[in-house]
Amino acid sequence: MTGVTEREPAGGRRSRERGFAAATRLVAEREMKTFLRAKGFWIGLGVIVVGLFAMSILPTVLGGGETKVATVGTRAAEALTDTGVEVRAVDDVAAAEALVRSEEVEAAVVPDTTGESATGIRVVALADPPTDVVAALRTAPPVDLLDPAEVGQGQRQLVIMVFALVFLMFGMSGTAIAQSTVTEKQTRIVEILVSTVPVRALLAGKIAGHSLLTIGQVVVIAVAAPVALRLGGHSELLALVAPALGWFVPFLVLGFVLLAAMWAVAGSLVSRQEDLGSSMGLVMLLVMGPYFGVMFFSDNVAVLTVLSFLPFSSAIAMPVRLFAGDAALWEPLLAMGLLAGTVVLTVLLASRVYSGSLLHTGGKLALAKAWAREA
Amino acid sequence: MLTVTSVNRSFGDHQVLDGVSFEVRPGRMTGFLGANGSGKTTTMRIVLGVLAAHGGTVAWHGSPVTGSVRQRFGYMPEERGLYPKMGVAEQIAWLGQLHGLDKDTARRNTERLLDQLELGHRAKDKLEELSLGNQQRAQVAAALVHDPVMLILDEPFSGLDPIAVETVLGVLRERAADGVPVLFSSHQLSVVERLCDDVVIISGGRIAVSGARDELRTRYGTTRFELVVASDAGWVRDVPGVRVVDVDGPRVVFEPDGDPGVDQVVLEAALRRGSVRSFTPVVPTLDEIFMEAI
Repeated sequence: MTGVTEREPAGGRRSRERGFAAATRLVAEREMKTFLRAKGFWIGLGVIVVGLFAMSILPTVLGGGETKVATVGTRAAEALTDTGVEVRAVDDVAAAEALVRSEEVEAAVVPDTTGESATGIRVVALADPPTDVVAALRTAPPVDLLDPAEVGQGQRQLVIMVFALVFLMFGMSGTAIAQSTVTEKQTRIVEILVSTVPVRALLAGKIAGHSLLTIGQVVVIAVAAPVALRLGGHSELLALVAPALGWFVPFLVLGFVLLAAMWAVAGSLVSRQEDLGSSMGLVMLLVMGPYFGVMFFSDNVAVLTVLSFLPFSSAIAMPVRLFAGDAALWEPLLAMGLLAGTVVLTVLLASRVYSGSLLHTGGKLALAKAWAREA
Repeated sequence: MLTVTSVNRSFGDHQVLDGVSFEVRPGRMTGFLGANGSGKTTTMRIVLGVLAAHGGTVAWHGSPVTGSVRQRFGYMPEERGLYPKMGVAEQIAWLGQLHGLDKDTARRNTERLLDQLELGHRAKDKLEELSLGNQQRAQVAAALVHDPVMLILDEPFSGLDPIAVETVLGVLRERAADGVPVLFSSHQLSVVERLCDDVVIISGGRIAVSGARDELRTRYGTTRFELVVASDAGWVRDVPGVRVVDVDGPRVVFEPDGDPGVDQVVLEAALRRGSVRSFTPVVPTLDEIFMEAI
């Protein structure tokens, strides 16, 4: 008899845990389904992927490929060897000029007959001096770098911009969590939900559902980015970005979970969609802050180092520092540990505030009041 | 059986519930009556665990109600709400799963219920595309989809047209007949009068009266009779042993003033004087019990 009564509570706890997991899964599934059915979701993802391909391929395509140049004489042809211009040898200067006039070639390189040119060749063009042809003909002295940077300044700026933009986009997409929470409050279905499953399961389901959606999108982008870069002929940039991308993905996902909990709380504090703006300010600041911080202080090593350890901004700053080769291995691990700790803490705090505010109707609920409120 | 014992609840300094105790018996429709602000909704929310009680207990078959028991309760809140942009059948089945059903059972139950509630043809539509009355039926389906062991319905009939009331009522009666305790609140006393087996009347956060409807009628009943004759009924005043409560032309309400058999004397006198249109003992309506109880 005693054995039975002692076993029962354990079984009860097990079934409760099963109930919690099942409820979380159901809530997450519903959130994801709702989103996957929305046109806006697919349009957004499509725009990102198309933009990615456009950014890496268009410059090559619009650049028009190789520059075409007509040459007269062996000297001109030799001067253009190994410069990447497409050479078209013609018999005399008149033929070369005809090709320039008909715009079949960008310029013509012909023998110099006036003696003005040290190299013994002249460049003939139509309206403007052809800078790329001139540059190709210029002979510069060789340069030896004593401490070469691994990454060019331009590439670094590009990566910072892309990482920060992706963070901004995903951070802001968390508004969907706030909206979904308010919808449940506004339609009052929340009362049925709360009477059926634990509030924590509702919160966990929302965070899990939207995080999975985000991970899915990050994966699509992480797969599309290397393909786009290779198609665009930026293989060397790809080799540089790949390790940083490997760090950026987990940082971005953790950062999203952190923001997701905060978006959910922002949604639970108000009762109507119209009031959402008033409670979302702080969370928006936490998304925009890291974005602008990293963009503005990308050249300031000290600030960027601090940003790379602060939760929120570490999601962008640390991968950027890794990309530039400025961070030792322990640094991203520590930053990720800090971020994960903040995630756990925030989710715990958020679930209390969420429970306290979910059934509140009327105006906006102050954060402190939601914290103190019992069901 | 659901037993509510000495439940208290305050909001700030305002005590909303004060020692609320009553029970909802299996297989019976229990009407929960009270004026606006008397504590009906607060009580129901406490039973469902949406609100916490400040003292007192809610027990299901003698043990405190736990989360897993509540999961099997069916609830229709006073402020209606489902997902406006989600399909009717889809969200009812989803709620069924949330209440612990497996996917197939949830789908089957949804289909059966929607047909029963004459909503089958709108199953695939979004909720927001339905008329308010049909949304209300969907709400009933949402409360019933998981074959609840206990039903708690806050004003289930408000906003329904008379035909819909009958449809919903039929579904609820069927559940009650299966042995499910049904607690429903209403302020339309005439509706409750027709529907409920038991009555709980709450007033100012306290239970004023509770018990079987018929028993209450007897308890609050009188020995009064109503007589309607063809002409003026003023003469009843002069019958000895009778106290007239009310006279209005041919209609008179009276009660025996001592000898309980005097009603037959009055009836005989009336028949001698002419035709009698109606002669009935006066049974108190819920309205009257309500007014007297609170």
